[in-house]
Amino acid sequence: MEMFKVILLVFLIVCAIAASLIRNPLLSVIVFMSYSLIMSIIWFLLESPDLAITEAAVGAGVSSILFFVTLRKLKALSEAEGGKNEQSQR
Amino acid sequence: MSRVRDDYEKSLWNRLTRWVNGESDPFQGKMEMEPLRETEVTGDSVYNPDLLDRKKVEQYVEDTQKNKEMRAFRILYSMSSVALCLLLIAVLLLAVSWLPVLGDPNGPNNNEVSKRYIEKGMEESGAVNMVTNMILSYRGFDTFGETCVLFIAATCVIVLLRKSEEEIENAKEQDWAYEPKADAILQKVTLILVPIIFLYGFYIILNGHLSPGGGFSGGATIGAGLILYVTTFGFHKTQRFFDEKTYEIVKVGALTLYSITMIYYFYTGANLIESMIPLGTPGDILSSGMILPINIFVGLEVACTMYAFFALFRRGGM
Repeated sequence: MEMFKVILLVFLIVCAIAASLIRNPLLSVIVFMSYSLIMSIIWFLLESPDLAITEAAVGAGVSSILFFVTLRKLKALSEAEGGKNEQSQR
Repeated sequence: MSRVRDDYEKSLWNRLTRWVNGESDPFQGKMEMEPLRETEVTGDSVYNPDLLDRKKVEQYVEDTQKNKEMRAFRILYSMSSVALCLLLIAVLLLAVSWLPVLGDPNGPNNNEVSKRYIEKGMEESGAVNMVTNMILSYRGFDTFGETCVLFIAATCVIVLLRKSEEEIENAKEQDWAYEPKADAILQKVTLILVPIIFLYGFYIILNGHLSPGGGFSGGATIGAGLILYVTTFGFHKTQRFFDEKTYEIVKVGALTLYSITMIYYFYTGANLIESMIPLGTPGDILSSGMILPINIFVGLEVACTMYAFFALFRRGGM
């Protein structure tokens, strides 16, 4: 179990650094989402399931979706999606 | 009666507002300025001399080979940012090293307050889940304020982002209209998942005083489920069961009922009157006084807020 915790914490730090260093905003938000997911597992291991549920729902769910919507509004996602946008508009 | 100032144009306040709004030009009348030159459009190419000049200046400034000051500034900037980050990390680590050890019996967080919560909490409020008990009864003021903050935040987002129905229908950019993509996998998965998410959210809310969870976590789960439904089936289908009218009724009603409950609690607590609400046997679903209804109110409030944030960001209306 101790090993599992160490792996999670290392992954957490890697995610935190990657989320700030990645240039592509779409990938950055996805990495941030995985950060929240790992954080919720760590909350559970720290015996606070209340926080784990909230972190999973708010951190990984709602806030990431709001990030995506904002990026879409700012047209920051058009580069990443490329030709996909045209297809969906047909 | 206050006299109307006739020299309002010259007053300090007026100049400040004009400056803040960007209406006044500080160089006007003091500096000789060249008028903007005409833009020529020939076929596909656009010839704008002013824009070309600006580009040339920008290119010259950005060219670090020639511009020594720029290069020095860049180096100094990156070095100082690294130094600032390292300093911040050092300060934070130093602060962490001074924190009391986790689980230390002599630590400052293990005082008589938490002792009382643990020993008398179940007896005094009837809730098995100590966290919900603490949040909703001992720290009732905090949670009530937080719920009001959520309400105010959602109201501010509505003020900033809301558009009328006509504006939404006539908007040039209707990217949300392409939203219900006829994606068979997504729709099937949503049809299976959304009821389970809703059920789980309601379970978290209704069992808030018995098991981990409570109003906020359950409400956030329900809100996430609503958002999933909207992204799959579009706004028109969601409006059949959740439109602006429902939102208003649910949100305002929940907050009002919550305030009435809290006023009752504050009144009886402050005047040392015995509460009329029975506590019931700890462990039953109908127990622990008003914690269950308060959980439901907070959950509805949070679910509505989460959905409203998404809908207003995405479409400008619910």
